[in-house]
Amino acid sequence: MFGEKAYILIKELDRSRDSLPPYNTELIGEIGNEIKQLIAQNQEDAQVTEDSHAAESVSYIPTVKIRHAAIKRNVRCILAYHYNRIKCLKTMRWQFGSILPPDVKANLSASEIEWFSQYSNSLVHYMRSIGEDGINLAVDLKPPKSLYIEVRCLVDYGQFELNDGSVLLLKRNSRHYLPRNECEELIRRGVLEHVV
Amino acid sequence: MPLQSAYYPDYYSIDDILATQERIPCKFLQDVPKLGKLNPATEETDLKSGTNLELPIWLALDISTSRQPIISPDLPKVYKEAYREILKADPCAVDLHKFGLHFYELGSYVKKFDPRGDVADILIHTFTLRFRQIMDLTDNIISDPTVVQKLDMLERNIFKSAHDSKVKLISWLMVSEVPLEAASMVINHKKRKRVDEDII
Repeated sequence: MFGEKAYILIKELDRSRDSLPPYNTELIGEIGNEIKQLIAQNQEDAQVTEDSHAAESVSYIPTVKIRHAAIKRNVRCILAYHYNRIKCLKTMRWQFGSILPPDVKANLSASEIEWFSQYSNSLVHYMRSIGEDGINLAVDLKPPKSLYIEVRCLVDYGQFELNDGSVLLLKRNSRHYLPRNECEELIRRGVLEHVV
Repeated sequence: MPLQSAYYPDYYSIDDILATQERIPCKFLQDVPKLGKLNPATEETDLKSGTNLELPIWLALDISTSRQPIISPDLPKVYKEAYREILKADPCAVDLHKFGLHFYELGSYVKKFDPRGDVADILIHTFTLRFRQIMDLTDNIISDPTVVQKLDMLERNIFKSAHDSKVKLISWLMVSEVPLEAASMVINHKKRKRVDEDII
């Protein structure tokens, strides 16, 4: 049956909606081959129909039409696969920050990694261009009520330097009272936990 | 990935691609040479007119609508008279998940094959009556977890986003200060990592 492999590809993406499955180079290649094959067969049959105008020859038009529908379907699946992966990658840029965890990165294709760094660059460029010295759009997602908040450290992060120059050591399970705007990014990345 | 803000499946919609893979019964009106492999029951190279086959809806739509249709599609059995009667009687009592994973999506495609418009009517009837039930469910999730399994995919998505906003509303009403949280993808990523570590 046509389009069977493309369906497997989309199903694989559907199964893990919040994360990215490894880029399936093999299956993409196979679908590409299927498309190429269908096009070649179609060209051949279209040629035959064109050459023989006589009524006695068989009509290949239905065959060509069905194959063409299959080509369109395969193309749609492949495009949707890449589009949705990129969309997920875009969300990741906002949630993980500019550096992806290594195991997420391992699932990307080379061009996806390139896209990610380019997207990252344009984003940084844009954020720098707003106002006089730029705004970081990734912070203050929720309206702040106080300047300082209490946080607990979830992992051994190491040294962390504040804007006023003081350095503190973020050790697992240690508690700190920090300026909100400086630790928000670490909270988003799951290093710190906000204690209410 | 968040649900699309307006419901109309676009070209890249994964849900729509999955829904259009559902098969419907079709009858071939023309001979189709060389494509005998579409019919797994025979080994002939050509497909004769008059053959009955189940084709995925993406193919059926494409080749049944032109001026010289190659196939004539038929309604799948869950949209036929007998099943419509069941839905007309009480849509809320039905396990829609067993009717098909994508009941509404497939329905909105096959309604074209029903000139009298009964299928379109029954889809709206089913949805409006069941929608009230879904909203009730989101308010009382604990009552019976198996009820969710009786929803089709579209209803599940509605249920999920309704439930999420309910949870958000409650937490907003209870606490005045919104705690900062790690991003949802980061949380999921951590959970998965923990599972991997446990295995090792």
